[in-house]
Amino acid sequence: MSQNSKISIHELTKVFYKKQNSVTALENITIDIEEGEFVCLVGPSGCGKTTLLRILAGLENQSSGNFKIERSNEDRPNQSMVFQERGILPWLTVEENVAFGLKMRHLPKWHVKERTNYFLNKVGLAKFAKMYPKELSGGMKQRVSIARAFANDPEILLMDEPFGALDEQNRYILQEELLSIWSETKKTVLFITHSIDEALYLSDRVLLMSAQPGKIIDEVKIDLPRPRKLEDMRSNQEMASKFLDIWRHLQVEVQGSRL
Amino acid sequence: MKDIKNPIETEKQEWRKQQIKQRLKTWLTIFSPICLLLIWQFLSQSGLIDARFFPPPTAIISTFIELLTSGELFHHINISLFRIFTGFLLGVIPGVILGLCMGLYAPIRHFISPIIMALMPIPTLALLPIILIIFGIGEVSKVVTIAGSVFFPVVINTIAGVISIDSIYLDVAKNYGASRKDFFLKIALPGSLPFMMEGIQMGQAIALLTIVAAEMMGARSGIGYLIWTSYSAFLLKEMFVGLILISFFGYIFSLILRGLQRKLIPWR
Repeated sequence: MSQNSKISIHELTKVFYKKQNSVTALENITIDIEEGEFVCLVGPSGCGKTTLLRILAGLENQSSGNFKIERSNEDRPNQSMVFQERGILPWLTVEENVAFGLKMRHLPKWHVKERTNYFLNKVGLAKFAKMYPKELSGGMKQRVSIARAFANDPEILLMDEPFGALDEQNRYILQEELLSIWSETKKTVLFITHSIDEALYLSDRVLLMSAQPGKIIDEVKIDLPRPRKLEDMRSNQEMASKFLDIWRHLQVEVQGSRL
Repeated sequence: MKDIKNPIETEKQEWRKQQIKQRLKTWLTIFSPICLLLIWQFLSQSGLIDARFFPPPTAIISTFIELLTSGELFHHINISLFRIFTGFLLGVIPGVILGLCMGLYAPIRHFISPIIMALMPIPTLALLPIILIIFGIGEVSKVVTIAGSVFFPVVINTIAGVISIDSIYLDVAKNYGASRKDFFLKIALPGSLPFMMEGIQMGQAIALLTIVAAEMMGARSGIGYLIWTSYSAFLLKEMFVGLILISFFGYIFSLILRGLQRKLIPWR
């Protein structure tokens, strides 16, 4: 494990066991992520990437191995997760959803109010503060989810395919917004996606996973300067070749898991 | 020809037609009970049905006014409403609390649900003699009877409500560090409310059934008592007044609960 890493995952393995039938979802995953790094984890569906995230999020236990999230401040929560769609509570208003983490930590009211308003403005939902999620579009719901995670000010952010259910145009817009909020806070992010484009656009480093058992098979550094524009990425020759590289790698895996 | 007309004008007419249809539906709903009463009045007055058993609605209304002015009716209504209300609360509150606990904590659910399943099919009314022995013939025994029959639908619907909460919401709460109390009040309670309110509606209907039967069997006052004594004395107009009161209160309670439901579950 390197000295200055924010997240260090060491030989993590997860096995699902059911009636003499065991499936190895993750095998010897070792990852080090630096402070302030944006890392995307790309792999075919069912490769165990969500399981890895759930273990880091404390929603599931690993079978063996360990991980560590370096703490900088005792008052900060370890991690906050941005869930896939349906991750916001339907019985709370937009505002209450964004404030959820802060309220669970029993922070003073003025502080909750201030942070909530700040991030509501950031994601452009201030006007919708008193509405219930049923009145929001899919993109707006995910904005709430992102605002909630950032407002909670955790050590690291975990994102589980947050834009997976959105249409293409909305996805581009939200990716751009995410990068703009992220660039202010410089949080360490572990982001899961099955979209290679998304991974190239967002991250500093892309980790490729294989399916069943889920292993890290390769990593690709993305050194495109920030702030990034979608257009830059599209027109960059190097990015195009990286896309193909990753695609060739994953193609084998996707076809392998289909057989 | 249609396409010569202004398109807004066409749609406006279409919209008007829809409005008229909507109004017609409202009228039909109001009309049906009136229609029934008119037929009843006609059959009873013309002697096609026996007016001794089915007195015409107009006669029932005048009896109703008589009972009302003498003050006797108020006494019965008051006492019945008091019993229903206290019994209802005594059934709903423990039902909700136990239901949330059972829904949230599987060991509690598995431990208590066989007991609930075994007790549920027994009509509380069948237990009335025992309840009378334990609690006497005073108010407590009626209140307990109602509470007992309201409790079951509330408990079972609340459990179902908690179980039906999408597991992603539990993950969210856990990930953001919700305490046990927060799970209870911020997740389980609001998440199960839609199901719980259905249970409370059911409980309300059962409370009315129970109060009438309980007052017939062991009471000296109340709407059920009025129905029973009037029937025994062959005062059928008075009996019908009692029956109509029950139906009236059932309707009012449903309306109140529907309104409450809309207030409590604005996010649906």
